[in-house]
Amino acid sequence: MNLDFSPEEVAFRDEVRTFIDANYPKELMEAGTREDLTREQFLAWHKILGKKGWSTPAWPEKYGGTGWTSTQRYIWSEENARVDALMPLPFGVSMVAPVIYTFGTEEQKAKYLPGIRSGDVWWCQGYSEPGAGSDLASVKTTAVRDGDHWVINGQKTWTTLAQHADWGFFLCRTDPDAKKPQEGISFILVDMKTPGIEVRPIKLIDGTHEVNETWLTDVRVPVENLVGKENEGWTCAKFLLAHERSGIAGVARSKRGVERLRSIASKEMVDGKPLITADDFARKISQLEIDLTALEFTELRTLASESAGKGPGPESSILKIKGTEIQQRLTELTLEAVGNYGAPYAYGMEAAGHNDYDVGPDYSNFAAETYFNMRKTSIYGGSNEIQRNIISKMILGL
Amino acid sequence: MDFNFTEEQTMIRDSLSRMIREQYDFDTRRKVVESEAGWRPEMWAKFAELGLLMAPFSEEDGGLGGGPIDAMVVMEEFGKGLVVEPYVPSVVCGGGFLKRSTTAHKEEFLSGVMSGEMVFAFAYAEPRGRYNLADLETTAKKAGGGFTLNGHKAVVIGAPWATHFIVTARTSGDRRDRGGVTVFVVPKDAKGVSTRDYPTVDGRRASEVYFEDVSVGADAVIGDVDGGLPLVELVADEAIAALCAEASGAMKVAHAMTVEYSRNRKQFGVAIGKFQVLQHRMVDMFMEHEQSVSMTYMATLKLGEDEVTRKKAASAAKVRIGQGGRFVGQQAIQIHGGMGMTDELAVGHYFKRLTMIDSEFGNVDYHLKRYTDLSAEDMPVAAE
Repeated sequence: MNLDFSPEEVAFRDEVRTFIDANYPKELMEAGTREDLTREQFLAWHKILGKKGWSTPAWPEKYGGTGWTSTQRYIWSEENARVDALMPLPFGVSMVAPVIYTFGTEEQKAKYLPGIRSGDVWWCQGYSEPGAGSDLASVKTTAVRDGDHWVINGQKTWTTLAQHADWGFFLCRTDPDAKKPQEGISFILVDMKTPGIEVRPIKLIDGTHEVNETWLTDVRVPVENLVGKENEGWTCAKFLLAHERSGIAGVARSKRGVERLRSIASKEMVDGKPLITADDFARKISQLEIDLTALEFTELRTLASESAGKGPGPESSILKIKGTEIQQRLTELTLEAVGNYGAPYAYGMEAAGHNDYDVGPDYSNFAAETYFNMRKTSIYGGSNEIQRNIISKMILGL
Repeated sequence: MDFNFTEEQTMIRDSLSRMIREQYDFDTRRKVVESEAGWRPEMWAKFAELGLLMAPFSEEDGGLGGGPIDAMVVMEEFGKGLVVEPYVPSVVCGGGFLKRSTTAHKEEFLSGVMSGEMVFAFAYAEPRGRYNLADLETTAKKAGGGFTLNGHKAVVIGAPWATHFIVTARTSGDRRDRGGVTVFVVPKDAKGVSTRDYPTVDGRRASEVYFEDVSVGADAVIGDVDGGLPLVELVADEAIAALCAEASGAMKVAHAMTVEYSRNRKQFGVAIGKFQVLQHRMVDMFMEHEQSVSMTYMATLKLGEDEVTRKKAASAAKVRIGQGGRFVGQQAIQIHGGMGMTDELAVGHYFKRLTMIDSEFGNVDYHLKRYTDLSAEDMPVAAE
């Protein structure tokens, strides 16, 4: 056991750092973490990494993975977090792609994986429905076989950034008479330009348009778009969720967030002294950072056992729970730190005709909006209560 | 980075785990704890035979060439078995000081620790010093070629079984100064040393140790005269890492016992483990345990780093494990219900040990403050 970087790993870190510094788009550094970037902005870094061959490090090498060790992947996350890099979105790279290369046909792999790697094709996720949230297996959207096509009808919701999407992966009920709800579901890929699909925005409490309702009316999809076996889509769905969970800890980004919080707290003044010198606030930051360290080393242990040949298992639920709790506490403390200037509403000013957010210090912009937005993290990807159910069942055997 | 154990470490874990299972079951432990001696010297000899007492020392010092990770492996198993024998006081603390000393007796003492024939206890705490390692009223005054010690050391764990003490005393400066602290080795049978022995709430033994005009030679000093505090802090951090490993082991068992109990205990016609409110509680216990293991690795692997990094790592681990241990212990009792309150069940004894680990070498509040102060040093307030 040791935490040292070998000379090769140090060289790798330098190579990555040099590449990021030379190639990360300057305009994205200004754009920060806003959720309403343009499609081109979202994809800019993804496309650069695609050309370099670094957009899909976690994939098996034969499909375009980098074959990096867990330490190299750790270095990769740290270096990207250093510039707050806008990483490739998960829907293609870490959600649908692992399903395709694990359960898909050779034709499907050849057709879909290159576009995901290059960042040319944007994917969205059709899982949740108005009546199927945490109880995902109760999906009602149907796919009925008609000759060479599936005909899909139903409504999906919380379809993240579907307004930009080229393709979507949908859980559909293909056997309404199955004994268990999990048994009659299929995993189907849908071209979002197919007639009969309507995407309607949902405005969230932070003012952003991040998610949508997706309505499907007699949407005709070629039969070859089924991934895996008919009625066995639940296997793909569960597999995908385990992959989604493992990337969700966000350790490197949260570490950067703690640095930013310290910087804010050293500029905000309380009774003429920096907020960070106030014992009660300083200890809240310490506790957060300590809990983040516990998460970081839990993730490192998980990565190490993954690279020893085990895929992401139910342990990744810990990373999801703790990672999202920390992201939420981080944004909560950041809002606390900015004090009065949490109040001005960035998107409201935009609507009122102002082009910039020049009220209060720069670091206070979006503090409240981000805090509001991050409440989603303990709900999505299988709510944190569902994650506890998974650990209880799969690990504790209860 | 590498999170694998060596073959030797895996071997130590396996054979120690088997030995504890076969010779250290809960009923045996209870009898030992209630016996006059309070420990089993013959068990200590068996641990020595197994190589545990030599494991963390370099081959140069006569050890097996391991280090803190080996001590971590041992202490995690000790935690699982609620072993009372004094590995942290004698091997981690005693050995930790001795291996860094230049005293003429170094070889004799170290080989005594490793063979188990000598047992050391670390007399650092004082009745009014709380967790501050420099807050010393015990004094050592230069006399002839050596020193004369006077003072009262509090709750010295393992002292009733010890042959020697490692003692911190003030040789100059004011009561809480960082400078002026010196470390001494004092044989328990030295003239003027007396002890008041007692059992602790978690099944071990400790003593109040009194020094009354105790004369020691110059060769009793470990490290620098007046400059001993950094060494004391280093060894204390090593002890913290070992205690974190012990707590992780204890948490693992307390959690496993609770899950097992919830499977068998029926109320309202079903096993209580079917209730979601209890399932989620046990998942939270599981996560606390997993994170404690992570923090133990982290603190242990950072013991060799620069002083600030090492101290922050030890404090972070002690905070997290103090909090995790408290949660796991309390919830283990809660889910066992009335049975958890009985002396008969082992679970309560795990709870008691976890509770006491929090206050050894500084509790949650102490280490949260130390971590915060070190962070301020680490990153000046004006920095961007």
